[in-house]
Amino acid sequence: MDLVQLQRQLVEYRTSLYHEGFLDAQFTQLQELQDENNPDFVVEVVSLFFEDSERLLNELTTALEQQSVDFKRVDAHVHQLKGSSSSIGAQRVQKVCIAFRNYCEEKNVEGCLKCLQQVKHEYSLVKTKLESMFQLEQQILSAGGSIPM
Amino acid sequence: MVSGNSASSSSLSMKSDEDIVNNNNNLRVLVVDDSPMIRKLHDMYLKKFGLKVQVAENGKQAVDLFHFGASFDLILMDKEMPIMDGEEATKELRTMGVTSMIVGVTSLDSPNEKQAFMEAGLDYFFTKPLTTDNISFILQELNKKNNKN
Repeated sequence: MDLVQLQRQLVEYRTSLYHEGFLDAQFTQLQELQDENNPDFVVEVVSLFFEDSERLLNELTTALEQQSVDFKRVDAHVHQLKGSSSSIGAQRVQKVCIAFRNYCEEKNVEGCLKCLQQVKHEYSLVKTKLESMFQLEQQILSAGGSIPM
Repeated sequence: MVSGNSASSSSLSMKSDEDIVNNNNNLRVLVVDDSPMIRKLHDMYLKKFGLKVQVAENGKQAVDLFHFGASFDLILMDKEMPIMDGEEATKELRTMGVTSMIVGVTSLDSPNEKQAFMEAGLDYFFTKPLTTDNISFILQELNKKNNKN
């Protein structure tokens, strides 16, 4: 695939991510912060988000497996995940977290388990999509091109 | 150094970018947050405005910095952190006589919790994630405050 095609593919892909609600304006803000002095800023922040989220999802799984669920603890983790997903613009993950917190408040284990599954699913989707997008960007850069805004 | 005009814009891409950076060159900011991702994000936002940024991982680290004689013009304080949370750290700093501007940044949605945090001694409060508009506003207020003294 030639450079122009790659660039077009990237723009289309990125647009679709916004369109389908995977990313929101906060992600755009991240991209705007990146510059020549910090060319890997977005990738670095997103990697931190992945690390953070995976840790939180593991903690949530453990917390919800307990005989007697500590809802305060579960809520604290979801709250953190909500915060970090909204900070990078991972809108769909954030939305599930909102519903998740409601179930925590109601001390509803079933509801929480359902949300956990949902949030894991949304997280893995956005992770895959962001990784694909970064891969495309890398291909463009390797071909000597620049990333279209 | 008074600059009334440059701080009033919320866009980073204006002609007076240089003015903004120059005016903010001697302002020191402490970012207190237990999430490496948020620390990195806020650090970047603030650097773009020409500020000198230091980070702390929790409230106790922040308080310790002041105990050891550090001073900052602005503190961005997260609420939920291990060891010592933002509310406690804010109370502690005010008790110590710290007059720096303290801005609470958190993803709290309960109005009672927000109130309690404000009452601990915050100057302002914003929900996560911070936007460039929020930072413009904070810096405007900070410059006003410094010009009064």
